[in-house]
Amino acid sequence: MDPILTVRDLSVHYPGAPVCAVKSVSFTLGRERLGIVGESGSGKSTVGRALMRLLPDAKLSAQTLTFEGVDLLAASERQMLRLRGARMSMILQDPKYSLNPIRRCGEQVAEGVRTHTRCSKKQARDKALAMLKAVQIRNPERVYDLYPHEISGGMGQRIMIAMMLLTDPDMVIADEPTSALDVTVRLQVLSILDDLVRRRGIGLIMISHDLNLVRNFCDRVLIMYDGRVVESIAAGQLDQAQHPYTRGLLAAQPRIGGGRGPLPVLKRDPAWSQPMEIPV
Amino acid sequence: MIPVTIEQMSMRFGAVKVLHDVNLTVQAGECFGLIGESGSGKSTVLRCASLLQDGWRGRAMIGDTSVRDMSVAQRCRSLQMVFQDPYGSLHPRHSVRTVLSEPLKIHAIGDAPDRMRAALRDVGLPAEFLDRYPHQMSGGQRQRVAIARALILDPKVVFLDEPTSALDVSVQAEILNLLMRLRSEKGFTYIMVSHDLAVVDHMCERFAVMQHGRIVEVLDRDAITGAGAKTSYARELIGASLAYENAL
Repeated sequence: MDPILTVRDLSVHYPGAPVCAVKSVSFTLGRERLGIVGESGSGKSTVGRALMRLLPDAKLSAQTLTFEGVDLLAASERQMLRLRGARMSMILQDPKYSLNPIRRCGEQVAEGVRTHTRCSKKQARDKALAMLKAVQIRNPERVYDLYPHEISGGMGQRIMIAMMLLTDPDMVIADEPTSALDVTVRLQVLSILDDLVRRRGIGLIMISHDLNLVRNFCDRVLIMYDGRVVESIAAGQLDQAQHPYTRGLLAAQPRIGGGRGPLPVLKRDPAWSQPMEIPV
Repeated sequence: MIPVTIEQMSMRFGAVKVLHDVNLTVQAGECFGLIGESGSGKSTVLRCASLLQDGWRGRAMIGDTSVRDMSVAQRCRSLQMVFQDPYGSLHPRHSVRTVLSEPLKIHAIGDAPDRMRAALRDVGLPAEFLDRYPHQMSGGQRQRVAIARALILDPKVVFLDEPTSALDVSVQAEILNLLMRLRSEKGFTYIMVSHDLAVVDHMCERFAVMQHGRIVEVLDRDAITGAGAKTSYARELIGASLAYENAL
């Protein structure tokens, strides 16, 4: 399988920080669903943002960072503008903060089409309406004209998914797409995303702190700790994870119907922060 | 140990009625869960019962005394609350020492240094943390300080409003263990709001399912795995949580 994205030894250094936020991370992405899990501060969101080149102040370095033949490190901002939104896009965490509060939802969805393709307003509107329908919004005509404060969180996140998939990108980065949602709508939003991603053959990077979620909706999982990938494992085999950090995270999760004794607590080992060989 | 009773609690914000005659009985020393979607009114129940929010009708009793009949000082010493977001609930320019000493000063309680050290020890932090500011601590450490602040007046009842939802699972495990240990050591009565059924199942013997400002059903923890829920909404909520966990 031809990889869409190849990352080799990616490091990210924020100005003023004593150490790199991401330290020589390597992975490839095909037309598959890749999960990146870790605690807050492990650098997982930074990886996602670095891939989109959304970190203007940070210093990026890598041996290879290519997306569909484009060297992302060498690409000019002009080139990036043509890639972002059209061939790679990003679904953000909270629709409350990531939708523009003073513009109608539908217009925001249609904007991507207007930016990246030559078409009339009418065509863009029709495409946006069709996409709203594809994310199972029952009355797209009505929702098109609503403002973000008039819709629920679950619907907002579906609108965000519609917006990001409308331009038929090859790679979508979903940064905690459902952690702001209630459990009753979470599965629904995830299955809509999953269905669209599979049908269109999009490469998905799902960034999450939730091991349950990535186990469910990804093919492969990278586990990050302190800026490094400590383990790469098929999602189905997460139970047989070898790294003590992964095992600790799995054990710390309370389970429905589990024993109610004290939860096993993670004992952090400084060795986890040391460079190590991960078979990719 | 002391029981908590809430009777006929109703609350409206302007034209919107957010609580409809909520009734709850929490036994002494119990950990009682409140679960529901965002906007279902679970945090409002805690805010009303602790009188952070007034203007509601009904009664909230701690033991035999209504919270309205207590003086502020008396109320604060029998009832304390731990909030969701340790990044927002601690004053950024107050050191841990200030945070912990203020209640002692207000209530004119002596031997403050010893009490502050004991409170930090209870939540598993070294005494050196007294001179730290919130930005010098991790999320889990801040939540420990927030718990120490709630404990320093020796309350009997502690309201927990999503105490771990801003934290990572690894840190959540530490805080849940801490809360369990404190309850068995000090005999607190807890009411805990959460949107995570796995956390409620882990912590609480009984829990109430809320929707649209009403208590839909009160269930035992065994009802989760034993399919004991009778109302359709409670079944849907439990079903979704189980599906989320087991769809794997």
